[in-house]
Amino acid sequence: MSIDPQERAAFTAEVKAWFDDNAPADPGFLLPQSFMEVGTDQQFEFLKTWQRKVYDAGYLGMAWPKEYGGHSKPQWMQDIVTAEMTKRKLPFMVNTIGLNWAGPLILNMGTEEQKKAYIKGILTADDIWCQGFSEPDHGSDLGNAQLKAEKDGNEYVLNGSKIWTSLGAHAKYMILLARTDQEAANKYAGLSFFLIPMKIDGIDPVPIKKMTGEYGFCQTFFDDARIAPSCLIGDEGGGWQVAMATLAFERGAAGGQAGGHSMNSQSVHEVVALARKVKRNGKPAIDDPLVRQQLAQFVIDQKGLHLNGARAKHKPLTEDRPAAVPLMGKLLGSEFQRRMNEFAILLLGQNANYYVGDEDAIDGGLWTRSYLNSFSATIGGGTTQVQKNILGERVLGLPKS
Amino acid sequence: MLMETLANRNIAFSDEQAMMLDAAKRFVADKSPTDKVRALIEEEAGFDSAVWAECAALGWTGMALEEAYGGSGLGFGALVPVVEQMGRGLMATPLVPTVLAGAVIQLAGTDAQKTPYLPKIAEGGVATLALGERDGGWGLADCAASVTRDGDTVKLSGAKVLVEHANIADVIVVSVTLDGKTALVLVEGGELGDLTRETVIDETRRVFRFSLDGISVPADRLLDPAKTADALRFIELASCMLCAADALGGADSCLAVIVEYLNTRKQFGKLIGAYQALKHPAAEILTGIEQGRSLLYHAATLFDEDWATPATEIAVRMAKAAADDVAIFAGDRAIQFHGGFGFTYECDAQLYRRRSIWNGAHFGDAAHQKEKLADLLF
Repeated sequence: MSIDPQERAAFTAEVKAWFDDNAPADPGFLLPQSFMEVGTDQQFEFLKTWQRKVYDAGYLGMAWPKEYGGHSKPQWMQDIVTAEMTKRKLPFMVNTIGLNWAGPLILNMGTEEQKKAYIKGILTADDIWCQGFSEPDHGSDLGNAQLKAEKDGNEYVLNGSKIWTSLGAHAKYMILLARTDQEAANKYAGLSFFLIPMKIDGIDPVPIKKMTGEYGFCQTFFDDARIAPSCLIGDEGGGWQVAMATLAFERGAAGGQAGGHSMNSQSVHEVVALARKVKRNGKPAIDDPLVRQQLAQFVIDQKGLHLNGARAKHKPLTEDRPAAVPLMGKLLGSEFQRRMNEFAILLLGQNANYYVGDEDAIDGGLWTRSYLNSFSATIGGGTTQVQKNILGERVLGLPKS
Repeated sequence: MLMETLANRNIAFSDEQAMMLDAAKRFVADKSPTDKVRALIEEEAGFDSAVWAECAALGWTGMALEEAYGGSGLGFGALVPVVEQMGRGLMATPLVPTVLAGAVIQLAGTDAQKTPYLPKIAEGGVATLALGERDGGWGLADCAASVTRDGDTVKLSGAKVLVEHANIADVIVVSVTLDGKTALVLVEGGELGDLTRETVIDETRRVFRFSLDGISVPADRLLDPAKTADALRFIELASCMLCAADALGGADSCLAVIVEYLNTRKQFGKLIGAYQALKHPAAEILTGIEQGRSLLYHAATLFDEDWATPATEIAVRMAKAAADDVAIFAGDRAIQFHGGFGFTYECDAQLYRRRSIWNGAHFGDAAHQKEKLADLLF
């Protein structure tokens, strides 16, 4: 598909102008870096208002169908908006799960009623979504999820608990993987996938304090919570397939996201700026040969990540292993962030001791906070180790572990 | 330069290049199976002249040469998919030194130099570069070898090492010092004295050392002094890019060797590929190759836009660093994962590890590339 360069340039200029005029001012309190760290009502309300503003301007869900609340515009327009937001490090779109994986899933597999009921609220941020996948005893082994959904009359009754429920305290809906059949032939066949309301009796999200000192996750307890059969998406017993489709959206291996960026991560140029600012042995750290080499490596890594997408557009350059680039993005991107933030902490020297809240903390404690938070991506959505199994098994054809 | 570098995500790949890649892939798979590679190692010539003639017939030797000299003018970046496939097959041919010498003569030669030599190269005549010296440095401008003027001739002295295919080259581009500056001079194969074949780590290569003492050539064999600095820079970047292509191709078939073994060897009642201690590094090799190829084809894109820009140099050095790192890792793990068999000459792992030593030590290893990158970027 070729895009008229003039149309593209005109739209880019329009987008830049809008963000020039409408980018929110510093709220005067610490903002989260991603949807996994929304710990206070103040943060939540600020981010919700911002998402609504972006949607009202026509810059969110641009490529989603108009009939459900989108704008039926070409994807490249949304990509320009998303890239501009990322570049400016603007506050992220808080309804991340709705915009990036529940929404695409509903558009892809949902019934007409489900699309009409849910899509618009995802875009406006009126209906925040959370995800009920992991359980306290079943993280990486997602297929072993044990939360029960038992038929009782014309309803399902939910019992058990889910964990790492980001936005759980603010969410109106949850995508839920639950066990509908205890006797199924294998662990996968007993699972079903639901779109459930959160604000009902018997569902209680309890915030978890994270190692950063922030909140953002919940453990969600289900105690005889009753839901209607219309909450089911896909077939009863077909939940595993739906969950896999959802994970493909979550890991960015499938398109269809509403757009708008979902995380403020660090770019290597910020670490380079830090290395110019801090000193080692009385000289700027950037003069140190080993620091220089390591920074050059991070530039290579960051650039390589970007170029993978550019290469994937040329079929002859990926035809040997078409699944490799889509399946490795989450692994490489999350590990890159972890390693680079870890290195940035080393650059701080003695000042690495100061954390968020101390007036002497360099860059407000950003680097340590980012490092600790980077584990949310190396663990969440399938750990780095699970991703390596996936690459080894699905791309290289190695036997299952 | 840093922000500009991060923003440039351009990869161009034409249908023509895709056809070239496909043809090269099939050709190399057909002509260079591993038993053939091993058989050629045992032969003095080190390569199959009939296969080399086919390479020329496919147009590979003329790809970077202008049409006026019998080339196809596709550009140097077009060689990247070809050399990548040759690396994949550990294929021994004089292609890389030949096309490099040809491109240098085209860049810095006079018409009187291009006219006799370039059409020969396009037709499959072998050419090469004599750059290395005993001090083992990567700086192309530091030559102990020299020439002095003597009327209409120049007299060469000193010695050159690590010269590929010097025994069969029609023409050799030799780096020397002239009046305190680096110069490039063309020496014809018949003008060389005794050659000593060198014992090198990558046994698929045929590499020679020789003395320049006593050689005199016409003074008009000197390449244009005004273009020498450019020519040296071109040699370094073009070589790095083709080394990266060769290394990534090699790493890819090395990974295939690993996967094949992990899918057949059983220990403790299980295929060893089921063990994550082996599976995870295999996945890391995979991601290294994939990301390396993205960097490589970006470098090839910029190279054909304008090889002389800092952006191209940055892209090429990134590709070389990434390619060396993954090729070394792949070869190293291939040996280890084959256990006792990996220690033997019979196991193919050594072929890849040896080749990755050659590529790494050629025109600057990963650490060297990162030092240069830091100077360009920060």
